Amino acid sequence: MGRGGAGFPTYLKWEAVNKEKADKKYIVCNGSEGEPNVFKDGFILENYPEKLIQGIEIALETIGNSSAYIYLKKDYYKKFKKLLEKLIGNLPITLFEKTGGYIAGEETAVLESIEGRRPEPRIKPPFPTESGLWGYPTLINNIETFYSVAKIADNEYKNTRFYSIGGDVKNKGVYELSENLTIKEILEKTHNYPLFDFFVQKGGGASGEILLSNELDQMVKGVGAIIIFNKAKTDLFVLMETWADFFMKGNCDKCVPCREGLFRIAEMIKKKEIDEKVMEEIFFVLEKTSFCALGRGAVVPFRSLINKLMS
Amino acid sequence: MNKNKIQIIIDGKKIECEKGKTILEVAIENGIEIPALCYHSDLKVNASCRMCLVEIKGIKGMQTSCSTKAEHKMDVVTNSLEIRKARKTNLELIFAQHREECNDCICKFNCNLLKLAKSYKVDIAKFFDRKTNYSVHKFGPALVFDSSKCIDCRNCVEVCKKQGVGFLEIKEKDGFFQVVPSKDKNKDCVYCGQCAVHCPVGAFEAVGEFEDIERCFEEKDKLLIFQFAPAIRTSIGEEFGLPYGSIVTEQLVAGIKKLGAHKVFDVSVGADFTTVEEANELMEKIENKATPCFSSCCPSWVKFIEFYYPEFIPHLATTRSPQVIMGGLIKTFWAEKENIDPKKIIVVSIMPCTAKKYEIQKKELEVDGLKPVDYVLTTRELAYLFKKWKIDLKNIKPEKQDNPLGIPSGAGVIYGATGGVMESALRTACAKTQKSGRLKIEFKDVRGSDGVKTALIKINNKEIKVAVVNGLGNAKKVLEELKKNPKLYDAVEVMACPGGCVGGGGQPVPVDAKIRQKRAQALYQIDSKKEIRLAHENPVVKEVYKDFFVSKKIIHKICHTKYSRKKREVEIPKD
Repeated sequence: MGRGGAGFPTYLKWEAVNKEKADKKYIVCNGSEGEPNVFKDGFILENYPEKLIQGIEIALETIGNSSAYIYLKKDYYKKFKKLLEKLIGNLPITLFEKTGGYIAGEETAVLESIEGRRPEPRIKPPFPTESGLWGYPTLINNIETFYSVAKIADNEYKNTRFYSIGGDVKNKGVYELSENLTIKEILEKTHNYPLFDFFVQKGGGASGEILLSNELDQMVKGVGAIIIFNKAKTDLFVLMETWADFFMKGNCDKCVPCREGLFRIAEMIKKKEIDEKVMEEIFFVLEKTSFCALGRGAVVPFRSLINKLMS
Repeated sequence: MNKNKIQIIIDGKKIECEKGKTILEVAIENGIEIPALCYHSDLKVNASCRMCLVEIKGIKGMQTSCSTKAEHKMDVVTNSLEIRKARKTNLELIFAQHREECNDCICKFNCNLLKLAKSYKVDIAKFFDRKTNYSVHKFGPALVFDSSKCIDCRNCVEVCKKQGVGFLEIKEKDGFFQVVPSKDKNKDCVYCGQCAVHCPVGAFEAVGEFEDIERCFEEKDKLLIFQFAPAIRTSIGEEFGLPYGSIVTEQLVAGIKKLGAHKVFDVSVGADFTTVEEANELMEKIENKATPCFSSCCPSWVKFIEFYYPEFIPHLATTRSPQVIMGGLIKTFWAEKENIDPKKIIVVSIMPCTAKKYEIQKKELEVDGLKPVDYVLTTRELAYLFKKWKIDLKNIKPEKQDNPLGIPSGAGVIYGATGGVMESALRTACAKTQKSGRLKIEFKDVRGSDGVKTALIKINNKEIKVAVVNGLGNAKKVLEELKKNPKLYDAVEVMACPGGCVGGGGQPVPVDAKIRQKRAQALYQIDSKKEIRLAHENPVVKEVYKDFFVSKKIIHKICHTKYSRKKREVEIPKD
C-alpha cells in the first residue's frame, strides 16, 4: 500500500511501469508534503535518508533503463539538498525543488512542474505509469513508500507506518508504529490522549476528516496524520476558514467546482452564514465533478465538521 | 465491422463510430446534445467547465465526456437526475464569476450560458459576481478583453499561443490564476481576434462592438459608401439562420442599402488591384533574386512581421490590402469621376476581421491627407445593425453591387479563403507571362485547410516555390525555416486566422473547421461561375490602369505602403 495518502497498491504501479515498452523510464519520489500539520516525510528525510535513497535505488534496479527525480517541497529541498546529494553519489537521481503550492504535489502536477510548466493536474488516462514525465512511463511514489520498500528488502519491515501527531497535545511529533493500531491506541501509546473535551482531524491538516472522541476505534488510513483540537479553545469558523484559505491558495483554479465552489464556501464561512442547502450543493459538485483529488477531498473536513459539531 | 470502428450506446441509441474519438465528439457527430462550454474542436481538451458530464455503466460517478474516449460497448447516459443536479450547480458557479453584460454582448443573440440557464432552471443571480471589479483591457484600436466576463476556460490563452503570439497569459493575481495580457514589452497583440471567436462567453469583442457601430451614420452632410470584404458574403447568412456556406452577396447589398448607404462596393474589386500589384512585385523579386516575397493583405500578419520578425520586413510586398486600395480609389478615381469632393465621402468597410480596425488608422496609408477607410465594422457588427433595424437577410429582395467598383473577378472573391491570394496572383502572373497553350486557372494545390501548403509552379519558364500558410502559428514555423534557408520559398502567402478570412476574428460565432470549410467552398463556387476569373481582366482594373494610373507615382500613392519595426503598442497593465 502506497504511503502518499491515496492508498494505491504500490506493486500495481511498479508492475505497470515495468511492463511498458519504452526506451527510457522515470521514477519520481514525491516529497511535496503539503498538508498543514503533516511532517512525516520530513521526519524520514531527517532520520532515514539512506533508507529513502536505498528504496529509490531498488526501483532503479527493478525498472530497466530508468532515472529518478526526488521532488521536494521548498524547505525540505533547502534543508536536505547537501545531505541527499552526498547519499546519491553517482546514482542517476536528480533533486528537484517544488514549484507552486499544494496542488503541485498532485502526482500529475508534479510531472508538469518538473517539465517546467505551471503545475496543474493532467487528464487521466493516460496514467503516469503509461505516459508520465515527457511522455515516458513513470513510477511516482511517496517518500515513505520508498522507505518501506527498502525496509522490506532488508527484511526489516514490521507492518509499521509513520504518524504525525500534532495540535493540542503534549508530545507532538512523528512516531513509527504498527499500521493496525486504532487512533485511540496511538494516542494512548504516545501519551497524547487528552483529558479535556476534544475532537480529532485524521489524515491531514486540511483534507482530513473530523472525528469525535467516541469515533477513535478506527485506523488512520490515508495520510498518517492525527491532529487534536481542544473543543473549548477551538473556534470552528476560524478553523474552517484556515482550511478554505489553504485550499483556495493551494488549488490550480482550473476547474469550476474547485475554483468557484471553494470560493463560495470560504465566503459563507467568513460571513458566518452557512446556508446548508447551498453548502451541500457545492459539496456535491466538488465531490462528484472536480478535475482532480484536491477538489474531491476538500469536501471531507467541512462536511464532517459541520455535521458532527455544528448541527 | 470495420477494424477502426466501434459501437457504443448513448442514451439507449446504438452508434457506430471511429475508434479514438471522445464521447463528446461522437455525441456531437450524432446530433446528441451535451452542454459543453470550454470545449472547442480547434483546441486541446480542457475539461475545466465540468458541464459535459455523463454516466458510464459500470464506472462509478460521472465523467466529463470531452476527456473520455469512447470504447467499444460503452453504455453512456447523458442525462439523469444526478447529472442535471451537478450541471445546474456548476452553471450557477459559472454565472457567479461571469458579469452579465447581455445587452452589449457579442453573444447577445446566441448566448450558450443563457440557453443553459433556461434549460437547467438556474438562478443566475444566486451569488454576487465575483469578478465585478475585474479590469477591462483594450488591445489597441482592435480588441477589448473584459475580464469580468471571463469564465477561466483559457481557450483564449491557448489559441493565442497556437497563433505563435502568446500575448495572453495565466498569472496569479489576488489569489486566483487568471487570464491577463502579458506585461512583457517583447510581446504584443497582433489583433487577429481569434480569442474573440474562441471565447464561449463573449469576454472578448472588437473595439466598439456594439456600442459604437452607428457612429458612421451620425456624420452630417457626408456621402456614405460601404464596401464589404470577400469573406462576408458566405458567412453573414449564418446570423440569420441560413445554413453554413450560404451565398448572400446580393441580399447583403440590399441590407446595406436599407441602412442608408449611398453606394455599396465590393472589396473583392480592391483585391483585383492588390493581385495585379502583388503579382508584379513577385515577378520583380524573382527577377532581382530578392525572394521570398510575402503577401501583405493580412494586417495581423504584417504586424506580426513588424513586431516579432522585423528582419523580414524587406520581404513583405508593399502592396496595400484590398480595402485600403479600394478606399483610396473611391476617394480619388471614383470621386473625380462622379465630381464629388473626397472630403465629403465616408468609407465604411465590412470586414471579417478585428485587425482591420487597426489597419485603417495607419498614418502612412493616407491619400491626399485623407484616410482611405473611415470605419471598419466586423461581420458580427453589421449583423447586429441588421437585426436592430429588423433587416432579415433571409427575406430581402436581392440587389446588385454598384458600378464600377462593385463587380469583381472570381480571383477577387477567393481572397477570403486561405490560398486565395496566392491563387489569384498565380493566375495573373501566369497569364501575363505565358505566350501560348492552355492557361491554368485553378491552382488546387494551394487550396484547403492544411497548415502549410507548398507547390512548384512554372511561371515564365521558371519554377517557383510557393507556400501558403494558414494561421500565424504555422507562419512562425515557416519564418524559422526561412531563417535557416532563405531560398526555401519564392512566394509565401500568410493569413493569420485559421482558414483565412473565412475564419477571421470578426466573423460570426460559433466557428470551427467544418464551418470555415463551408464558408470557403462557397467562395470557390462563386469563382467557378464567374466569367472573368483573372484579376487583371476585370474591366474596371483595365480602365483604372489605362486612364487613371498614369504614373508610377499615383500607383504608389494608392496601392503601396511602407513598413517599420514596431515597439509594443498595447499599453502595459499597471497592476
